[in-house]
Amino acid sequence: MASVFDVTLVCLILAVGAWSTFARLTFSAIVIFIVYGLLLSLAWVRLAAVDVALTEAAIGSGVTGMLLLNAVARLRSTDAAPTPSRSSVNIAAGVFCTLITASLAGLVLVPPQVPVSLAPSVMESLGQSGLGNPVAGVLFVYRSLDTLLEKVVLVLALIAVWSLAPDGLWGGKPALRPFPQRDSVLIFLARTVPPIGIMVGIYMFWVGADEPGGAFQGGAVLAAMWILVMIAGLAAVPPTSSHALRLALIVGPVVFLAIGILGIFLTGTFLAYPEGYAKPLIIAIEATLTVSIGVTLAMHVVGPPEKEWRS
Amino acid sequence: MAAAETSSIAGLLLVSVLILPVVGILAQLALGGRFLNWICLAVFPASFGVSAATCAVVWSHGEPLIYIVGGWQPPLGIALRADGISAAMMLVTAIIICAVAIFARVEFTQPSGAPEARAPFVFWALILALWSALNALFLGCDLFNLYVALELLTFAAVPLVCLKGGEATVKAALRYLLFALLGSMLYLMGTALLYGAYGTLDITLLAQRVHPERVTWIAAALMTVGLLTKTALFPLHLWLPPAHAGAPAAGSAVLSALVVKGSFFLIVRLWFDAMPGLGHTAGPQLLASLGAAAILFGSVMALRQQRLKLLVAYSTVAQIGYLFLMFPLAMAAEQSWTSLAWTGGWLQLFSHAFAKAAMFLAAGLIADALGHDRINDLGGAGRLRPLTFCTFGLAGLSLIGVPPSGGFVAKWLLLSASVAEGQWIWAAVIVVGGLLAGGYIFKVLGRAFTAGSDAPVIVTPVSLSREVVAFSLAVGAVLLGFFPLEPAEILQIGRPEILGSTVP
Repeated sequence: MASVFDVTLVCLILAVGAWSTFARLTFSAIVIFIVYGLLLSLAWVRLAAVDVALTEAAIGSGVTGMLLLNAVARLRSTDAAPTPSRSSVNIAAGVFCTLITASLAGLVLVPPQVPVSLAPSVMESLGQSGLGNPVAGVLFVYRSLDTLLEKVVLVLALIAVWSLAPDGLWGGKPALRPFPQRDSVLIFLARTVPPIGIMVGIYMFWVGADEPGGAFQGGAVLAAMWILVMIAGLAAVPPTSSHALRLALIVGPVVFLAIGILGIFLTGTFLAYPEGYAKPLIIAIEATLTVSIGVTLAMHVVGPPEKEWRS
Repeated sequence: MAAAETSSIAGLLLVSVLILPVVGILAQLALGGRFLNWICLAVFPASFGVSAATCAVVWSHGEPLIYIVGGWQPPLGIALRADGISAAMMLVTAIIICAVAIFARVEFTQPSGAPEARAPFVFWALILALWSALNALFLGCDLFNLYVALELLTFAAVPLVCLKGGEATVKAALRYLLFALLGSMLYLMGTALLYGAYGTLDITLLAQRVHPERVTWIAAALMTVGLLTKTALFPLHLWLPPAHAGAPAAGSAVLSALVVKGSFFLIVRLWFDAMPGLGHTAGPQLLASLGAAAILFGSVMALRQQRLKLLVAYSTVAQIGYLFLMFPLAMAAEQSWTSLAWTGGWLQLFSHAFAKAAMFLAAGLIADALGHDRINDLGGAGRLRPLTFCTFGLAGLSLIGVPPSGGFVAKWLLLSASVAEGQWIWAAVIVVGGLLAGGYIFKVLGRAFTAGSDAPVIVTPVSLSREVVAFSLAVGAVLLGFFPLEPAEILQIGRPEILGSTVP
C-alpha cells in the first residue's frame, strides 16, 4: 500500500518536473532537472529496482546534467542571442506530449489481467553462469550481443563529438572552455574526493556480478572523479590523438569481442562462455568495460578538441 | 522452423556481417590514421564477401539462416535470422556501400606521412558503423536488439550530415538528431509496452501471442510513428531535405539510398511479421495515404527547387511514398508474400537505392566540377561532363518509371496490384507521381543540354573513375528492369505461411 513517503515522493517528482519545465532560466531548469533525476532514482529504489536507480542517478542525472550545464556555459560564452521559442512549436509539443501521456495513462489504469515476465526463467538459468545479480545475467549472459553493440554506440558517439572539431585541431586537446576559473574549494575537493570516489567506482563494478551495480555505474563514478581532477587543473586533459587514451576507450569492447570470438572456438557458439569459466570471464569483461566506459563518458563531457581559451 | 535453428558454420556468417565492420572501427582507434587506408582495404572486401556468401546460402537453400547468439534460445536470448528479404537487403547494401567507398576513396584518403586527418578518420568509421547497423537491422528478430541497431544507425548517420562543417550543415544535423531521437524514444516506449503485455521481445513468439487489444494498438502506433520519423514519411520529412543535401556526396548517397530504408524495413517487420493483425485495421490505408501525399508533395517540392542536391533530396521524400503503397495492396491479398505488391514494393526499394545513390553521386560530381549546383546556371554543362549527366538521366528514368528500369518494373507491379485489388486511387497516384518525376528530371537535363547565356566552366577536374562508379550504379538500377514481372520467389523465403490471409 502506498505509504506517506511514496505519496510525498510522487508529488515532489511531479512538482519538480513542472518546475524544471517552466523555469525561466536555462541554468536553473538544468539544476532542477538534476534534482528531478535524483528523486526519480529514489522512486526506482522504492520499486525495488536498485540497478535502475543507480543508473538513473549516475547517467540520467549525473552525466546528462553535466553535459547540459556544459552546453549552457558554452552558449553563454559565444554570446549567441537566445532565439525566443515559437509558441506554435510549444503548443504542438504540448499536444503531442499530452497525447502520449493520455494513451499511457489509459494503459496504466487498465493493466493487463496476467502480468507476464521473463524474470522467473532468468533466475532459473542464472545458476549456470555463477552470477548472483539477474541484471548482470541479462546484460552479459542472455543478451550480451545488445551490451556489446551498446558499447560500440558509446565509442561511435564519441567519434561523433570529436568530429565537430575544426580540421586543424583534430587530435588536439579539449579546452575545458566552460571551466576557466580554478577556485580553491574546487581544488580542495579534487584532492580529497577522488580517492574515495575511485574506491566506490571499483566497488560498484566488483559487486555488480552479485549485487546491484556494474560496469556502467562504476564507470560513471570513475568518469566523475577524472572530470573533477581535470577541471580543477590537477591533471592535464589528454590530447584526443593520445595512444593511451584511445586504447583505454576500446579495451572494454575489444576484450568483450575477443571473449565472444573465443566462445566460437571453445564452445562452438559466439558469445557463449565455456562451462565453469563464465563468472571469471564476465568479471574480466566488466573490469575492462568499467575503464572504457569511464574514459568514454569523461571525454564526452570535456567535448571536442578546441583552441586554448583564456578569459 | 525449429529444424533450421542452428549455430552452425553457416550461421557464423550472420555474426561476421555484424562484427567485421565493428572490428574495423576498433582497429581504426587502436592503430590510428597511419593504417586507415589498410584497414579499409581489408574490411570492405571481407564484409562484402561475407554478405554475398550469406545471400548465396539463403537463396540456394531456400530457407532462412538462423543463429542463436550465446546459445540462449529466445525469449531469454537473442536470435539472428536471415530470410529472403534480409538477404536481398544485405546484398543491395553491400553493393552500394562498396561502390560509394570506391567513389569516396579519393576524397577521404588519409594522406600518407601526414598526421591523422579528421574527415577520412570520421568518414570511414561512420560508414563502417552504418554497415554494421544496417546488417543488424536486417538480421534482428528481437525488438530490443533492433532498438540497439537503430541507435547505432542514428549515431552513424547524423555526424555524416555535418562532416563538412559549417553552420548550415550542423543545424541540419541537429534537426535530424532531434527527429531521430524522438523516433527512437517512441519505438522504445512501444517495445516496453509489448514486453509488459506479452513477456517476449522475439518477433516470432510475439506474433503467436499478440491479441487485438488496446495495448497492442497503442504500442503499434507509438512504434510506427517513431519509425516513420526516421524514415521521413510525409509529414515527418522536415529533417530530410537539408540533411541529405548538406552531407558530402558520398554520405548523401548512403543516407538516401540505405539509411531511411533501414527503419522502413523495421516497419515491414512489425506490420507483416510481429503484428500481422494490423492488416485488419485502417492502418494500411492510412500509411498508403501518407505515402500518396508524400509522392505528390515531394515531387512538387522537387520541381520547385533551385539547387540540384535539394531537388534530389525532395525526390527521395517522394520516392519513399511509393514504398508505403505496398501495405494496403499486399495486406489485402490472399497471401501477402506471393502478391504482386510485395515484390513491387521491394523492387521499388532496391531500384530507388541504386538510382538515388547514382543520382547523389552524379550531383556531387556536378557540384565539384562546376563549383556550384544551381540548376538555372547549368546551361550546357551536359556537354562538358556527358557521362555524369548520362548517369543522372539513367537514374532519373528509374525514378520516373520508364522501361527498361527497376523503377518501371516496381511501379508496374504496384500499378497492376492496385488495379487487381480494385484500389484505383493508388494507381492514379503512381501515374501522377511518374509524370511529376519526369518534370523534375527533365528540368535538370533540359538545362544541362541547352546552351545558356554564359557557358559554364569546369572549376575542378573530376576523375573519370568516380564518374564510372556513379554510372555503374545507374546501370544497376536499369538492370533491375530485367526482373521478371511476377512475384519473386527469393523474396518469399522464410515467410510464415499461415498469416497471409487478412480479409476477415
